[in-house]
Amino acid sequence: MSFEEIKEQAILQWKTMQQSENIRILIGMGTCGRAAGAEDILDVLNQELDKQNIQADILPVGCIGLCYAEPLIEVIKPGKPSVFYGNLTPELMSEIIVDYLIADNPRSDLALGTRGEGTLDGIPKLFDLPVLKPQVRISLRNCGNIDPESINHYIANGGYEGLAKALRMKPQEVIDEVKKSGLRGRGGAGFTTGVKWQFCHDALGDIKYVICNADEGDPGAFMDRALLEGDPHVVLEGILIGAYAIGAPEGYIYIRAEYPLAIQRLRIAIKQMEEYGLIGDDIMGSGFKFHIKIKEGAGAFVCGEETAMMASIEGRRGMPRSRPPFPAQSGLWGKPTNINNVETWSNVSAILAKGADWYAGYGTEKSKGTKNFSLAGKVVRTGLIEVPMGISLREIVYEIGGGIPEGKCLKAVQTGGPSGGFIPESLVDLPVDYESLTQAGSIMGSGGMVVIDEDTCMVDMTKFFLTFTQAESCGKCIPCRWGTKQMLDILVDITEGRGRPGDVELLQELAESVKSSSLCGLGQTAPNPVLTSIRYFRDEYEEHIVEKRCSAMQCQALISYYILPDKCQGCMICARSCPVQAIEGGKRMVHVIDQDKCIKCGICLDGCPPKFSAVVKVSGTKPSDIPERPVPVVAKS
Amino acid sequence: MSAIPTTKIGENGTTSIKLTINGKEVEAKKGATVLEVALGAGIYIPTLCYDPDLKPYGGCRLCVVEIEKMRGLVSSCTTPATNGMMVHTETPRVNQSRRITMELITVNHHGDCLTCAKNQDCELLKIARYLGIEQEYIDRLRKGVQVLPLDESHPAFIHDPNKCILCGKCVRACHEIAAVGAIDIAFRGNSAKIATFGDKPIAESICKSCGECVARCPTGALVPKWEKPPAQEVKSVCPYCGVGCSIYLGVRDNKIVSVRGDPKGETNKGSLCVKGRWGYGFVNHTERLTVPLIRIPGVSRDAEQDKKADEVFREASWDEALELVAKKLKDYTPDRVGVIASAKCTNEENYLMQKLARAVLVTNNIDHCARLCHAPTVAGLVQSFGSGAMTNSIDDIGDAACILAIGTNTTENHPVLAHRITHAVNNGGKLIVANPYEIDLCRFASIWLRHNPGTDVALLMGMMRVIVDEGLLDSAFIKERCENFDAFSESLNDFSLDFVERVTKVPQGKIVEAARVFAINRPATILYAMGITQHSHGTDNVLATANLAMLTGNVGKPSTGVNPLRGQNNVQGACDMGALPNVYPGYQSVADPAIRKKFEAAWTCALPSSPGLTLLEMLEAAYHKDMKALYLIGENPMLSDPDIQHVREALAQLEFLVVQDIFLSETAKFADVVLPGASFAEKDGTYTNTERRVQRARRAIEPIGNSKPDWWIICQVAQELGAKGFDYAHPTAIMEEIHNLTPSYGGISYQRLENGGLQWPCPTDDHPGTPVLHTNTFTRGKGRFIPLKYTPPREMPDENYPLILTTGRSLYHFHTGTMTRKVTVLNALKPEGVVEISPKDASQLGIAEGDKVKVSSRRGKVITKAKVTEALPPGVVFMTFHFAESPANILTNPKLDPVSKIPELKVSAVKVEKL
Repeated sequence: MSFEEIKEQAILQWKTMQQSENIRILIGMGTCGRAAGAEDILDVLNQELDKQNIQADILPVGCIGLCYAEPLIEVIKPGKPSVFYGNLTPELMSEIIVDYLIADNPRSDLALGTRGEGTLDGIPKLFDLPVLKPQVRISLRNCGNIDPESINHYIANGGYEGLAKALRMKPQEVIDEVKKSGLRGRGGAGFTTGVKWQFCHDALGDIKYVICNADEGDPGAFMDRALLEGDPHVVLEGILIGAYAIGAPEGYIYIRAEYPLAIQRLRIAIKQMEEYGLIGDDIMGSGFKFHIKIKEGAGAFVCGEETAMMASIEGRRGMPRSRPPFPAQSGLWGKPTNINNVETWSNVSAILAKGADWYAGYGTEKSKGTKNFSLAGKVVRTGLIEVPMGISLREIVYEIGGGIPEGKCLKAVQTGGPSGGFIPESLVDLPVDYESLTQAGSIMGSGGMVVIDEDTCMVDMTKFFLTFTQAESCGKCIPCRWGTKQMLDILVDITEGRGRPGDVELLQELAESVKSSSLCGLGQTAPNPVLTSIRYFRDEYEEHIVEKRCSAMQCQALISYYILPDKCQGCMICARSCPVQAIEGGKRMVHVIDQDKCIKCGICLDGCPPKFSAVVKVSGTKPSDIPERPVPVVAKS
Repeated sequence: MSAIPTTKIGENGTTSIKLTINGKEVEAKKGATVLEVALGAGIYIPTLCYDPDLKPYGGCRLCVVEIEKMRGLVSSCTTPATNGMMVHTETPRVNQSRRITMELITVNHHGDCLTCAKNQDCELLKIARYLGIEQEYIDRLRKGVQVLPLDESHPAFIHDPNKCILCGKCVRACHEIAAVGAIDIAFRGNSAKIATFGDKPIAESICKSCGECVARCPTGALVPKWEKPPAQEVKSVCPYCGVGCSIYLGVRDNKIVSVRGDPKGETNKGSLCVKGRWGYGFVNHTERLTVPLIRIPGVSRDAEQDKKADEVFREASWDEALELVAKKLKDYTPDRVGVIASAKCTNEENYLMQKLARAVLVTNNIDHCARLCHAPTVAGLVQSFGSGAMTNSIDDIGDAACILAIGTNTTENHPVLAHRITHAVNNGGKLIVANPYEIDLCRFASIWLRHNPGTDVALLMGMMRVIVDEGLLDSAFIKERCENFDAFSESLNDFSLDFVERVTKVPQGKIVEAARVFAINRPATILYAMGITQHSHGTDNVLATANLAMLTGNVGKPSTGVNPLRGQNNVQGACDMGALPNVYPGYQSVADPAIRKKFEAAWTCALPSSPGLTLLEMLEAAYHKDMKALYLIGENPMLSDPDIQHVREALAQLEFLVVQDIFLSETAKFADVVLPGASFAEKDGTYTNTERRVQRARRAIEPIGNSKPDWWIICQVAQELGAKGFDYAHPTAIMEEIHNLTPSYGGISYQRLENGGLQWPCPTDDHPGTPVLHTNTFTRGKGRFIPLKYTPPREMPDENYPLILTTGRSLYHFHTGTMTRKVTVLNALKPEGVVEISPKDASQLGIAEGDKVKVSSRRGKVITKAKVTEALPPGVVFMTFHFAESPANILTNPKLDPVSKIPELKVSAVKVEKL
């Protein structure tokens, strides 16, 4: 079958589905959906449909990005715009079936938004919602929209058009097109993709390799996983185009074993491609030959680094090596190799299909196109977002993310994962592009974005990231292995009240040294959280070290609980609930917390009746007049 | 093959470049790293992870420098030097970074320098001092030492992870040099450490105990258990296999206290194997013979070996012992006397032994253990090429595009030479292994041909038939350089692939593939050892390898040739020196009147003209009472020769037996007089290794007790016998005589050997030696193809003895164990012999791992333990011959190869029974 015939068939299938008289229900069955309970929702859905005897087609789809609203479904009744419902529970699911499918009440109180032609009263258009309106979906265009296990869905939505176009071009023309698009590495380093391809294309070799880096390892990052689960073909198509341009007959997808669903969907996708002749010895009848293998990584963060990844694929311990030689000259098994990450590959097909100029129309002068982020942390609407480069942090946090929960204040935004840095609230209008983020001391990174509110202690947060990078250092370089450990030990000391004068300067000295003398990106960026937290939040370090105080009340060793004698009524609730019997007192006696015994769990604070509010949590100071032993409650006059 | 012009860092090219380091212009070869250029120019850059023998690593980050136009600090050990580069090695930024890195090491290191075994050799300490680490700085940091348990499981060395700085040298040495891969870095972050698979004790890992890791550790993390710092070091040659590794013996108080490989050693480049590294305990062993011994009158030689030495012998003075020896030897006519020389003795001593036999005892009855290993090599390669030695050099094996390793378990028997094979494979070379046993090299092989024992001729002829049929032969080479091709070609007709497959049990497809790979990938080299020679058709086997090399034009060029790997440190030299019944030194025939005349003139005596008896013929003559007296040095036929029972009976028949050795060996116990020789460490001399390299060994300690260097003893015996011309003051005088009488050694002198070894032929004082033989013409003129026929082994399995026994050696022991069984470390690593058996045979015989079994052949029986292993095919069992407690040679077949008189040690029919 020629590609044209395949396409016709796929479009026919898609249209038939679209025009079907059946009710269609799309359910987000990515890992995020499943984690939120989508499997239970699916069960309920099936049972209810059976019970109500309703004919409906159920389509599991990938993540549409509204993770905060998972489990999420999209209900399509013929002739009507589709309706999205989020934050579903089994009960709500049943209600929606009864109310909307049977009684035709779309339940505007539960609906998130609509999609498609027409409107429904009281329900906004989904893509007009502030969470979606600023977004531009290129990489994620199919996520949540198509069945990720159906190659026909992908093809019917323009899939493999880019490849077909590329195969009609000369490899150099493909590279030129990608160069012109301005696409830069979405793994975080931001190297121009077309130029990288050019190096590998120009290298001499009897065989060359392309590798897709799907070793997403930043804590809190899930861009690549969601993309591979939601639309594996968009990544594969990009890899094929790159392989054609570079002249690589073989490729690898290096993906962490913790992503079983993504792996499964990739395997299905590759099998479907084989059936359609989209992978193999004569792709689309062009004579282009390409085969791909999936290599499951064992979860070492450092294997996301190119040279470590290649070592791991070769069966060796994943440890980085020095460059030169660069992978483009001597990579996998000593052959020229090009590595791009999932998101970079996912942009390629659209660039080919719609043209470099169209793509370069998004973004800033130096950072073209869009970028995916995992928006997480202290933000109302967490999720997977795709935004044009140059958008401000403010738009992301406040419009897309809906601001900080409970009306609290924004303190900082952390970008770039554990190797990134903190951008303080004062820089909230910073445009999100490679250069601006670097200038602010952070990095673009692969797309982790953690929102930090006023309740977060920056020293403690820094400690968290250092704990991660220290544990993930491969151990090869002394500055990285022991430098991160030293910094972590100092941070632990500071957060536990053992900070010494000069520690901040020492941290800076160590951080600069680790940064400048480490071999690979892990060590070179691991100190970023330390440096940026000192740069923007030095006062927090000082208060920990000098005043032994944590104003965010997060560092347990620096906080204390006290019972105020003028408020305590001797009700004994706190004493009874204390898990370590640290509270002394009797009926009508002012209770006293034994500070040596107290484990600072906060149960006393939570348990003290609000009308008394006798328990206080403090740091660095002690309320006056706290008795040493229980004393009788003084009756109010 | 790949055609990518990749820049290999660290590999010195030829193009010259110029760069500036600290303002000083430096010239360098392209391809060198910045670090190498700086060190070469005398500019010190501290580093803990750089090792010139290992690939650039860039882990310690101490060698960072600033290079103009390059961002940040770069590690000089991984950065190739380029033309015009401006390098600064000591900027404030560089120094600051180094200081912090060093401080981080310091706070994570145990500070017990005074009691640390590494102490004055500690690289870490040296660099700490160079960088000027100050207490004040260290005190700012958090002390990070974790206390991890020591691994003391290995008998030779200790691993103390607390002193490890994770420079990775040990791991890289284990992978890149030894190609073992027993250790790697495990875990991550601060928990990262050197570990074996599964983090088990090193003694339970696949470690081959070569100690490359220990030798390279810059700190006290890997230290030998027993070594002491030496008072002085003496350069010598390893006393074990034929590779001839150059070593430094560390001496203190007349004892060997340390050993290290010589980094400049031509064959070993600093490497050593387990025996060469740890196997010196025998030198100062309490059981060394220290005085001459004379058999107590009336104690029968046939007495059981378990009698104590002092019940059999009495101590004697040298005068008395020498007088007795001379008196007795005088009693017999020349044809009743035999001399057995030693492949463990120096060239000078072997020269003297044959001179004693020929000039004093007037007999050509002189032979040595080469008869049991490479007699077919000499017989075969002389026929084909005109010279019976390794055609090429050890070093050029590493550059071969194809290696056929047939009948050699190189990693066990020539471990350091095996490094070159794995290097060749790592450089993209193809390895073909032909061996019934699944040897370690199979891990690296593109093709493994598991042929039936004793079917090498069929296998090789089958391959050659494919090469001829497919036109893959080198016609030009054959036409110009060889003769008798047509007759040979005709003999290939007998070797249809059907026939070859039936005989060898190797599938035809594999034979075809091996033939193609060997013929297409040039240069190709053939390596072989006892698996080829120890057969009743051993010479035919050798001829087959020579045919294959000529057929593909693989002779006379680097990385080609036919390369017999010699077993003992001086087996090549003993042959070169004429410790053979048919030739004088330099393979000059005793039957040639002109040559005889030359030696008669030099030695001022009349010499016998007919060739003498070979080793086994002498024993056979003794058995039949035709041979009456035997003078034997450093050999142990009671373990090494086939059919030991028969050997014992033969020795018992002798009227007079003199054994000269360093220990009271199994054979020495049969002697009438035992003369205590000095070990290699106690005397001067030269040894010739397997690649024909003559190397100088030096006296490091005084002879133990009243033992004497063998050359001195031989001279005394000769003089007692009234001979003239045995009054040498020092071995150098003996070498002068050798040099005058032996054309191939004509340019070899002690003076020249001070600058390193020389490979013969080295005919004149200005000749540089010969790394590759037969470059323009073969030694015999044209290379001669020899037609061959397949002959099966003499004894095949049958109903009574259904299994084939094949024998060999273990990495941990040497020959009959005279030396290695006296070494605590080696005995701990391999305490006893076993019979290895395939799981299928084992289960059929109801034998489990470790069971006590009886192995018997038509000639005797041996009780030993069973080791069940997948490495053997069904129908074949394997034993080593090192162990007196379970002597494999009780079982072996003494049937001889008609040409070379080597016995068929590799194939005997046996049965195995569970006890």
